[in-house]
Amino acid sequence: MYGNDFTAPDEPTRDQDQPTGDQPTGDDLTQFRQILDTDGRVEPRDVMPEGYRKTLIRQIAQHAHSEIIGMQPEGNWIGRAPSLRRKAILMAKVQDEAGHGLYLYAAAETLGADRADLLEALHTGRQKYSSIFNYPTLTWADMGAIGWLVDGAAIVNQVPLCRCSYGPYARAMVRVCKEESFHQRQGFEILYALSNGSEAQHEMAQDAVNRWWWPSLMMFGPRDTGADGSQGHTEQSMAWGIKRFANDELRQRFVDMTIPQSESLGLTVPDPDLRWNGERVSYDFGEIDFTELFEVIKGNGPCNQQRLAHRVRAHQEGGWVREAADAYARKRSALSTTEVA
Amino acid sequence: MAHDPTGDATPGRRGWPLWEVFVRARRGLSHAHVGSLHAPDAEMALRNARDLYTRRQEGVSLWVVPASSITASSPDEKDAFFDPAADKIYRHPTFYDIPEGVDHL
Amino acid sequence: MSPESVLTRAGYVLSLADDSLIAAQRMGEWIASAPELEEDVALGNIALDLLGQARSLLSYAGQVEATALGNHDGPVRDEDDLAYLRDERDFLNVHLVERSHGPHGGDFAVTMARMLILSTYQMELYSHLRTSTDETLAAIAAKAVKEVDYHRDHANMWVLRLGDGTEDSHRRMQAGLDAEWPYHHELFDNAHIDPLLVESGAAVDPRLLREPWERRVDEVIAQATLSIPDVRPAVTGGRRGIHTEQMGYLLAEMQHLARSHPGASW
Repeated sequence: MYGNDFTAPDEPTRDQDQPTGDQPTGDDLTQFRQILDTDGRVEPRDVMPEGYRKTLIRQIAQHAHSEIIGMQPEGNWIGRAPSLRRKAILMAKVQDEAGHGLYLYAAAETLGADRADLLEALHTGRQKYSSIFNYPTLTWADMGAIGWLVDGAAIVNQVPLCRCSYGPYARAMVRVCKEESFHQRQGFEILYALSNGSEAQHEMAQDAVNRWWWPSLMMFGPRDTGADGSQGHTEQSMAWGIKRFANDELRQRFVDMTIPQSESLGLTVPDPDLRWNGERVSYDFGEIDFTELFEVIKGNGPCNQQRLAHRVRAHQEGGWVREAADAYARKRSALSTTEVA
Repeated sequence: MAHDPTGDATPGRRGWPLWEVFVRARRGLSHAHVGSLHAPDAEMALRNARDLYTRRQEGVSLWVVPASSITASSPDEKDAFFDPAADKIYRHPTFYDIPEGVDHL
Repeated sequence: MSPESVLTRAGYVLSLADDSLIAAQRMGEWIASAPELEEDVALGNIALDLLGQARSLLSYAGQVEATALGNHDGPVRDEDDLAYLRDERDFLNVHLVERSHGPHGGDFAVTMARMLILSTYQMELYSHLRTSTDETLAAIAAKAVKEVDYHRDHANMWVLRLGDGTEDSHRRMQAGLDAEWPYHHELFDNAHIDPLLVESGAAVDPRLLREPWERRVDEVIAQATLSIPDVRPAVTGGRRGIHTEQMGYLLAEMQHLARSHPGASW
């Protein structure tokens, strides 16, 4: 979902992900198909279709980009956290996100991508990051809402990815999921304290949930089952074992998990059409207006410019530091070769 | 066996070179591969690996190896290289029936 | 604060706590802005370590204060009371840690120069405090010394690489060192500490730390092909609560939300 690759209906399709050059032949791919059929794991040096490799690189990279861009909306409140315990927890969470980005870039690199290229794709807009991080964090309660809703949604998506067909990605997901569980819990805890605090705190919490609910549902992507089943990449990704469940399935799972939690929190979600459906044993929820999602994906969300600019600036301003480290390492290795000689 | 040319520990290439990280989680276990990272040199690679892979006390020992130093067996040669081991099952401890009461085996 | 310039035990503990607290606050500003992702993780670790030290020391300071007041039934100021409800004049950190990291928010050379100075000092400080006659301080120091040893190692590595990297990085690292150097003297000033605290072995006389600090720092500077700055010491006063103009802004950001909701739990 962080790596989900959906474009707005009026966006141009990407050509750069079409397979180029020599394709593995049908015979070469027998082992690949066998692995998928037996629910095994494809490893970095296995023969694989170019499309599989390129789709994975893009999905994993965009997942990584989401983690590192995601550091910004939350990093925004580290300096202002209202207790030292909350400050420490938030620092640790944001730090985890940097770590997740690193695990994921490493996984993408096993497919032959170079981290520098992936970062450039992010900086120039060729690759995307999850739409959710283009929203502003306006109050402390947003830290709770992000932890509870955004991380909650991410977990629903990531747990199935722990069984994705590509080994390094699946293993990175296992690691991420272990660390992620604390993230959601801390978000819930923040909202619980606020909801049960003063009137002003309760209002702060409810306001944050009102702003983050629909964008969180949109994180799962456009509808892709039933009449919308043939759109997008869902079918191919599922055939390749990269995607295990449809967007709509995951979204429904998230809603069903989250509504009872909202009741424990004493908070409501801003959906007048939400109701329990006894027949489906599931919650019916309101129609999602996906035009907002498509606008945000196209770059017209509240924080798109700002998020990318911050990221690019950090990278550019750090250039001299990275070059210095390279220069120092070169000097050291030159020294050791002359010593040997 | 084919040498894997991906990765290059010589700095001067675009970005910092790639290192593979191995962690021994506890005494008694061997080092296991946990992932990779970028660093300009070995000293920093070790520090970065400590920050990235043992934040939650997941390890007592760390190895970092330039990715370019790792020689991998080629999948093409898989049959010849690995299959002979398949019928040498006496290498696996479960092959042997140990009588009851014999410890530490 | 009493009219005398010496700190009681509570004040001494607070001064150590505030150094770490304010340093952590500034270090946190680097998260999501570091020169490389690995550095975001490393600086995050360092900020968390410093914050952890601050929390332990603040909690202890509150207890010591309550005991000194003889107020066994009254409220004890906890870590958050001390962090969020004290006014600027009651903060006892040195000027080194409160200033921003550079004119435009983040100069990595300034940060590494500051980390070199602070963590080398803290390593000497906590090494000595491990044998403090104050058991709580000794315990806090025993844990902290391992952490700041790592911070010092991190700073050393970067100062070396930046000093002996490119011409540009050498120039910038020297400039960072020059910017921070005027503030190191304040760390070794002992005027504010009650001599009885030192005599009893509870506190460490910071003057003792200067020589080992100089040896270590001078060595790193030399190895990094840098020069020891030739600059006048800054006019300071942090240990008396007299701060730079930047401290007010730092506290405003740090304290504002907590102060907007008096008595609230988070």
